Amino acid sequence: MRRRGRGLIAWLIACYAFLYAPIAFLIALSFNNARLVTAWTGFSTRWYAALWHDQSLIEAAALSLRVAAMSATLALAIGTLAGYALARFPGFPGRTLFRASLAAPLVMPEVVTGLSLLLLFVALEQTVGWPARRGALTVTLAHASVSVAYIAVVVRARLADTPPELEQAAMDLYAPPWRAFVLVTLPLLSPALVSGWLLAFTLSLDDVVVASFTTGPGASTLPMVVFSSVRLGPTPELYALATVIVGLVAAVLLGGWRLWHGRLG
Amino acid sequence: MRRSSHTPTLLPVWAWLALFLFAPLLIVLKIAWSEAADAVPPYAPLLTADTGLRLHASTAAFAQVLTDPLYRRALALSVTIAGLSTALCLAIGYPMALAIARAPARRQGLLLILVMLPFWTGFLMRLNAWIGLLQDGGWIVRTVAWLGAAPAPHLLYTQAAVYLGMVYTYLPFMVLPLYARLSKLDPTLLDAAADLGASPARVFLAVTLPLSLPGVWAGVLLVFVPALGEYVIPELLGGPQAQMLGRVLWEEFFANRDWPTASALAIVMLALLAMAALLGMGARYAMAATRRVRP
Repeated sequence: MRRRGRGLIAWLIACYAFLYAPIAFLIALSFNNARLVTAWTGFSTRWYAALWHDQSLIEAAALSLRVAAMSATLALAIGTLAGYALARFPGFPGRTLFRASLAAPLVMPEVVTGLSLLLLFVALEQTVGWPARRGALTVTLAHASVSVAYIAVVVRARLADTPPELEQAAMDLYAPPWRAFVLVTLPLLSPALVSGWLLAFTLSLDDVVVASFTTGPGASTLPMVVFSSVRLGPTPELYALATVIVGLVAAVLLGGWRLWHGRLG
Repeated sequence: MRRSSHTPTLLPVWAWLALFLFAPLLIVLKIAWSEAADAVPPYAPLLTADTGLRLHASTAAFAQVLTDPLYRRALALSVTIAGLSTALCLAIGYPMALAIARAPARRQGLLLILVMLPFWTGFLMRLNAWIGLLQDGGWIVRTVAWLGAAPAPHLLYTQAAVYLGMVYTYLPFMVLPLYARLSKLDPTLLDAAADLGASPARVFLAVTLPLSLPGVWAGVLLVFVPALGEYVIPELLGGPQAQMLGRVLWEEFFANRDWPTASALAIVMLALLAMAALLGMGARYAMAATRRVRP
């Protein structure tokens, strides 16, 4: 490749060092014997054992995984319809409002999203009595309402690259629209559906603000538990948890990348 | 496609938007005009019907949010921190995106994954690592002291720590759209400019930079918008004085149970973002217009 300045490469290396220094730090300190993360006193895996027996963290992680999977699936259903409409219906009444409303959660501050959804759930509880109390269900709905926007973007982008002729051919052969959608459009969309679902899943797993607003007593997601613990100061046990997550994510991402490209860099 | 076939697709989405976007925003708007009250939920009804229909609209919450120095400071601080963090991300991320875009094609995928990887590993976890690194008696403070700074500096719970957290968290959001744009740049344009005698700096300013502007706008938007309403970073890394809007809203809601003020703050934040969006659109339109006029 032409003109790759030495300066640019040095800058790139410095930036990656900046991005990875804290991650390297927490992996190293998760094997520290001391209770504090400011001094190294010796190698130990005791914090991984502590993690394994920490009931509240394990329960929170289970709740988070459940909420993330359910909200991603719900958002996938609505977001796919929305992305399809954006890509395939050139004009319908209110299209501009439709587009802007779908994009709104992408630009709304998290605290505003959280506050407005909590107020909705309070109002619903008072007027219709459903959802009767706040907890896993309300957090799932709140996360889904944010993720719909992301999935609509991903699905729409994929459909924009897919010519509509295949669907039209199916309909010319007398497939009703829903059948053309299920038999032709959905299979064409599957890569976008997978990446959209994974994106929604991760967004949900990483969220602390919207969950804090919309949850109720007794239903703390993993980020909420981590957040309240981080406020009191970092502990090696949390570093051990982070190391486990980093390992899992790296394995999935690099494995997936290798599978798709058949080689490593 | 027939118009009638649109309904089964559109109806669920419209219903979803009505329930989870329009209704919540209308409720926020309503509560922002209500009076705070010692009740459950803690605000007075906007409309009562006991002695004839009466409207109890109050501008108290808005007046407080717009005039009280506490909120004005929070507003100014949020705009400053979000703006400067965006500028820092651009300054750091542009050369980074350029370097990735100019790397050998087979390396680019891996380099991009390496930019994304921290983003997927949990945002709280990475802030947690920074707290450990920055805290008093931590590794960075000790290194600085060892190098000879006489009073050991305080790093955690300062504004510098907030900027660090912002740049660290949002840098990937700047790099990705910039890379998307820069990697599509036609290299023959750069050769042409260089062959015609332009210096590397001139090639950058006259060809690379203008062609990458859409990516710059996208990156600026992706960083500035979440940074403006950020709650977690100032809460964990900033001291008590790092009162950005998101944090003030959180405190009003959870600590003070003042729902009308929290709602009014939410409306002000949305208005601010709408204004920023209009300004951005105006600037782009003006730039497009001048480009068309120029020969």
